[in-house]
Amino acid sequence: MLLLEGLELQVGGFRLSADLSVQAGARVAVIGPSGAGKSTLLSAIAGYQPTTKGRVTWAGRDITGDEPGARPLSIVFQDNNLFPHLTVAQNVGLGLSPSLRLSADQQERVADSLARVGLPGLGDRKPAQLSGGQQSRVALARVLLRARPLMLLDEPFAALGPALKAEMLDLVKEVAAETGAAVLMVTHDPDDARRLGGQTILVDGGRAEAPQDTDALLADPPPGLRAYLRGDGAD
Amino acid sequence: MIRAIGAASAALVAAATLGTLAAVASKADALPRLTPSDWAAIRFTLTQAVLSAVVSVLLAIPVARALARRRFPGRGLLVTLLGAPFILPTIVAVLGLLAVFGNNGLISQVLQWFGFEPVHIYGLHGVVLAHVFLNMPLATRLILQGWLAIPAERFRLAASLDFSPADTLRYLEVPMLRAVAPGALLLIFLICTTSFAVALTLGGGPRGTTVELAIYQAFRFEFDLGKAALLALVQFGICAVAAVLILQAALPAGFGGGLDRTVERWGISTLGLRLQDAAVTVLAALFLVTPLAVIVADGLPRLLTLPAEVLEAAVRSLWVALVAAALTVVLALSMALLAEGRGAAWRGFIGFLGSLSIAVSPLVIGTGLFILLFPIADPVALALPVTALVNAVMSLPFAYRAVAPALAETDLLFGRLSASLGMSGWARLRLVVLPRLRRPLGFAAGLAAALSMGDLGVIALFAAPEQATLPMQLYRLMASYRMEEAAGAALLLLVLSLALFWVLDRGGRMRAVA
Repeated sequence: MLLLEGLELQVGGFRLSADLSVQAGARVAVIGPSGAGKSTLLSAIAGYQPTTKGRVTWAGRDITGDEPGARPLSIVFQDNNLFPHLTVAQNVGLGLSPSLRLSADQQERVADSLARVGLPGLGDRKPAQLSGGQQSRVALARVLLRARPLMLLDEPFAALGPALKAEMLDLVKEVAAETGAAVLMVTHDPDDARRLGGQTILVDGGRAEAPQDTDALLADPPPGLRAYLRGDGAD
Repeated sequence: MIRAIGAASAALVAAATLGTLAAVASKADALPRLTPSDWAAIRFTLTQAVLSAVVSVLLAIPVARALARRRFPGRGLLVTLLGAPFILPTIVAVLGLLAVFGNNGLISQVLQWFGFEPVHIYGLHGVVLAHVFLNMPLATRLILQGWLAIPAERFRLAASLDFSPADTLRYLEVPMLRAVAPGALLLIFLICTTSFAVALTLGGGPRGTTVELAIYQAFRFEFDLGKAALLALVQFGICAVAAVLILQAALPAGFGGGLDRTVERWGISTLGLRLQDAAVTVLAALFLVTPLAVIVADGLPRLLTLPAEVLEAAVRSLWVALVAAALTVVLALSMALLAEGRGAAWRGFIGFLGSLSIAVSPLVIGTGLFILLFPIADPVALALPVTALVNAVMSLPFAYRAVAPALAETDLLFGRLSASLGMSGWARLRLVVLPRLRRPLGFAAGLAAALSMGDLGVIALFAAPEQATLPMQLYRLMASYRMEEAAGAALLLLVLSLALFWVLDRGGRMRAVA
């Protein structure tokens, strides 16, 4: 279980507080107006954003001071998820060894994971030779190999068309199911939250609320979320 | 480990600059020991540097304007050629200029045909001529950058307001020049204050001696270390003042790309203006190309029959150049990595160390290193390693300015990804930093190798005859009037310097992923 205990963050003059928990294996969307601090919250959990107060624990272990790479999680960013000078297989292989010294067995696992996300035999390509959707699949293949118990997604599919995005969300659910990972996904689209299923964390007014059932939340949104969803609030 | 290398690099650079200065200061005689001829050297240094800077910039302005507003075949080649003198061995340039402007040069021969006296090149005007040849191209590139930085919309607006060329000059071009020219003037002034090889070969005696040359003479012929150290302090004072002035004027970056475009201009198609631009361009190209062409023409027949000592010197020089290039890359990269992610004060301090050698001339460092090394080792035996070290330190300001921003950009793009995958230390260096920084590292290595290949400074201070580098061997051939062999050696040196730069710089560009 991911626990944010009395967590407080500060970026410039902007403050965000969070006091919530996410169950192991849960699928949780993070939604809210732009500038509300969705990405900042993910950054803090991933270890990029220093916290001013409170702590982050996973399965009872305090990870507040851990380096990003040492945390029990994988993160997929909006862009720059792949090194353009490395091959697809090398990019995926980094999930097994940050120094890329891979045994024959590990190289086979890299090939298998690429096949698993629908890119069999493309290991020798460079990222620039792939489409945007294929690049997302490579990033997910790496998440699959890392098999960390928490998966953070910071709007990684925002640049993809609706059909492709839906495909990717399904792949995310499959990868999460295979690794048993909990998913935390930032999105500005309520349809993404519905498709992910499960719960939603609402970030608004300097607070990240505890996860609630997504369908119930969207059916009867509180005033801040309603303004955001209907488009008459400040964006 | 990587941080330790960075700290060691910073310490080495500090020792080679601040440490040698301290050594020089500790051995220096008192100021009153400066003789009238020393004061003459100081006056000559300042006079020739001011003249060289002013003439270079004045000549560069019309050339830059012509290149900014005209398109013609060979324009790209000419712009590339303008970058060459910076990495051209000074001694080769001098030999080429002698072949054109010397007493037996092309111009003198033509004059004598018509019954005139041959030109006399030695002295102040010869020194200024060589400095203009070496620095006018740099000034042209800096000013061309200024011209191309004027937004195209301004020229469109000027055309719609029916500006005459004089109006355009007044409202658009003069303000730009006022911003760009001081930096170019100061930079060339600074470069020329440390002139050694040019004054040595073209100064023509006591009246044409620079402070750098006086250090060498005090050291080598008078065996007077105290006086050499005092002159080194004077030299440092001159450079430091110039360097501080440059920092005030915001040093322009002379290596930027993007010089291959022209500004769309209107109202400049009159015959007079076109002839003027064509004449300026042709004259500039002739001035640049002729001395080099003469080197090639004179040297080519001699290239295959070079004496063994020239070839041995060439091998020695190649070693020095490659060691200097490797050292420059290690210094620049490890110091940039050390500065990375630190606070502004730390980054500023490491950047300051990286550019410190701008204010310390090679002979000042050389004198200091001699003082430091003398009690513990034989400086003459260390002549080649010391030459490589000094050249690496002298190349560092350019290398650091190329590497540090590229590293910052890489961190901006891929820092989070590397961290999320737990990549750090050697793994990050090997898999992220080196592949992403191939271009600036290749450029830095090429620049250091070429500068080091052509260097005639510290080596003259230290080396015994049997350890001559190629530039030194070439100087010896010239001094003993073996001009045909000198032409062959000069061509070899020219080819090796340009080839080193080209291969290393290209090596960085090849397979580099944008």
